[in-house]
Amino acid sequence: MSEEFKVEIVNPEKSFLVKDDVSEVVVPAFEGEMGILKDHISIISFLKPGIIKILSKSGDENYYVEDGIVEFKNNNLSILTSTIFNLADMDKSKQQDLLKQAEEEANKTDINDQSKYLADQKVEVLKTLN
Amino acid sequence: MASLDDLKKRIASVKSTQKITKAMKMVAAAKLRRAQESAEKGRPYSEKMNNVILNLSNGISDKENAPKLLSGTGQEKTHLCVVMTSDRGLCGGFNSNIIKKAKSYFAKILDEGKELKIITVGSKGNDQLKRVYGDKIIKNISFKESKNANYFDADKVGKMVIEKFEAGEFDVCTIFYNQFKNVITQIPQAQQIIPLNNEGEESSSEESYEFEPDEDEILSNLLPKNISTQIFKAMLENSASEQGSRMSAMDNATRNAGEMVDKLTIEYNRSRQAAITKELIEIISGAESL
Repeated sequence: MSEEFKVEIVNPEKSFLVKDDVSEVVVPAFEGEMGILKDHISIISFLKPGIIKILSKSGDENYYVEDGIVEFKNNNLSILTSTIFNLADMDKSKQQDLLKQAEEEANKTDINDQSKYLADQKVEVLKTLN
Repeated sequence: MASLDDLKKRIASVKSTQKITKAMKMVAAAKLRRAQESAEKGRPYSEKMNNVILNLSNGISDKENAPKLLSGTGQEKTHLCVVMTSDRGLCGGFNSNIIKKAKSYFAKILDEGKELKIITVGSKGNDQLKRVYGDKIIKNISFKESKNANYFDADKVGKMVIEKFEAGEFDVCTIFYNQFKNVITQIPQAQQIIPLNNEGEESSSEESYEFEPDEDEILSNLLPKNISTQIFKAMLENSASEQGSRMSAMDNATRNAGEMVDKLTIEYNRSRQAAITKELIEIISGAESL
């Protein structure tokens, strides 16, 4: 029996990525990183800024996301997100831009705790990339 | 009867109009293909989002304390209508169809003695509505600078709507847009987005999900996103509809101009022939009288 399942990443503009030979996906769920293997129980959760790791036979891929929802059902993993970048395509200047934006957001004083937390997360994740 | 010179001028001017409409049709056709593509590509996201929310709202045990975006404020006093139109004209009945739909809805609401607030997206709708409902329009947004519908713009509108909702400025929110069916048919739609109206829709699966964190928290995170997604979907459908509508309008205009040129050409030839005949008669009768 194969240990592979299907993953689909969708953003508002298009279906971003479809892969059906995935062995494991690690998503930055809101309450901590979550690894998903085949036959995981059906689950819905949402994401905080972080890195999605997709491990498959055809090679590993890493994506940076800022928000999103994950749904896992019948060995189908759907990830809905509005901001996603493939780390392999992301160069240093793009990272710096995002980091600068995130830092500005984090330094705002008039935002509520949750957006503050999310902005801090963004900064943290982006810093580790550099 | 118009002189030969006048006819000639008119033929020339109709011909140049025809050239313009023809060019506009071509441009619209090219843009339509792109807009249609992105409308189709955008569908999976909003469908999946809908699905997840459906599953979630079925999973909620405590309906009383469900987030207000889902269940409503408990009253229906103030209605907010987001009317989405285009920024450019010359697209047939595209804008007037939305406006017509919206106006009949407005009349119904006002008849019931409820309060009405309007947000217009796109300058054409604002132009048409401000004469009658000028005092009801609380904001006009226009995305003239953005070339294509993008999620960032939709998110801005969505965030604004949610802000106003949280400030208690309205109870029910409806968006108006044209749904793209095909090049000839666009259906004006009125879709209620707050509170979310998904009664009658059955969840695709009876399977129970595990939620992390709990349902309420996910829902309260998801619902605002859903608003933006629905608005984005409406924007995509709208831009495909606009191009489709413009294409068929310009196609008609080109054909009409062609017919007009034919008619004018016949008239021109006739009067030219009449002038020649008249001259001939004059010459002949002149020679006979000698």
